[in-house]
Amino acid sequence: MFVVIAAYNEEKSIGRVIRGLFENGFTKVVAVDDGSTDKTADEALRAGAMVVRHAINRGQGAALRTGNDYAFAHGADLVAHFDADGQFNPADIRIAEKLLRENNLDIVFGSRFLDARSKIPFSKKYFVLPIARLINFCITGVRLTDAHNGFRLMNRRAYEAITITQDRMAHNSEIVAKTRRAKLKYSECPVEVRYNEYGQSALGGLAILKDLLFGKIF
Amino acid sequence: MTLIQILLLIFFVFAVVKAFVQFRAGDIRLLGFVYWLAFWVAAAGIVVWPDATFVIANKIGIGRGADLVVYLALVVLFFSVFRLTAKVEKQKHEITELTRTLSLKENK
Repeated sequence: MFVVIAAYNEEKSIGRVIRGLFENGFTKVVAVDDGSTDKTADEALRAGAMVVRHAINRGQGAALRTGNDYAFAHGADLVAHFDADGQFNPADIRIAEKLLRENNLDIVFGSRFLDARSKIPFSKKYFVLPIARLINFCITGVRLTDAHNGFRLMNRRAYEAITITQDRMAHNSEIVAKTRRAKLKYSECPVEVRYNEYGQSALGGLAILKDLLFGKIF
Repeated sequence: MTLIQILLLIFFVFAVVKAFVQFRAGDIRLLGFVYWLAFWVAAAGIVVWPDATFVIANKIGIGRGADLVVYLALVVLFFSVFRLTAKVEKQKHEITELTRTLSLKENK
């Protein structure tokens, strides 16, 4: 089991996140420094992670794919995607892993809506996320309880079936759509998200739509 | 000849010279230069004899020659923007591939 973290200018939180993973028994942590201009890579190295550096910033989707390539080339059977800003709970990876292994799944998506641990801001819970879910369903054809949650687990089969071509934030919908197309076995598991800052804004959502559209045209 | 015709012709000459300089410097190939030369000469032709477009315009159902030129220019411009966008998107992916290959090579 490898944990892949895509990080761009996260020097303040990356060390804590990686140490949190080690404390929870994860020994293979890959931090992809996506062309940060701060000390993200140094902090990640100091915390004990394997660090892969993008010379220039290419976006979260691109960084995750690099992390996947690295992990599966180094013998991973399972990869967890984890955010660098400390909003996820490392213990959730074990729960997702159990779910995946016991049910022979290929991919597991994290969801904030399957238990009550996440204190989702009001506007997000009742306005932004329902719309995002609906749009995601229209694009991907997969009905999920959450949208654009960066927590996921994938096995080698899923890795080989899903080539992430969306460099920026639209990789999330892309992965869901390709999961369906490749007929992979998937499920959702509850994850806790701690809100220290706002994630995707509505404007960010529009940028994702644009990327998805461009991905289809060009 | 009106002032606008003269100004446009001066600009066309400038554009051709610029294309020639680029050709000499090896930035564009001979075919590229010939293409731009033909383009600006045609543009000059339209500017000097604007009535010439009238005949073609009438044949395809457009009233004025100037309208034909504007329509054609718009179509060509939109198509160029489309092609450019496609090219930029492709290059972005290539840059990402390059970045990834380099980073994975460094961290074997």
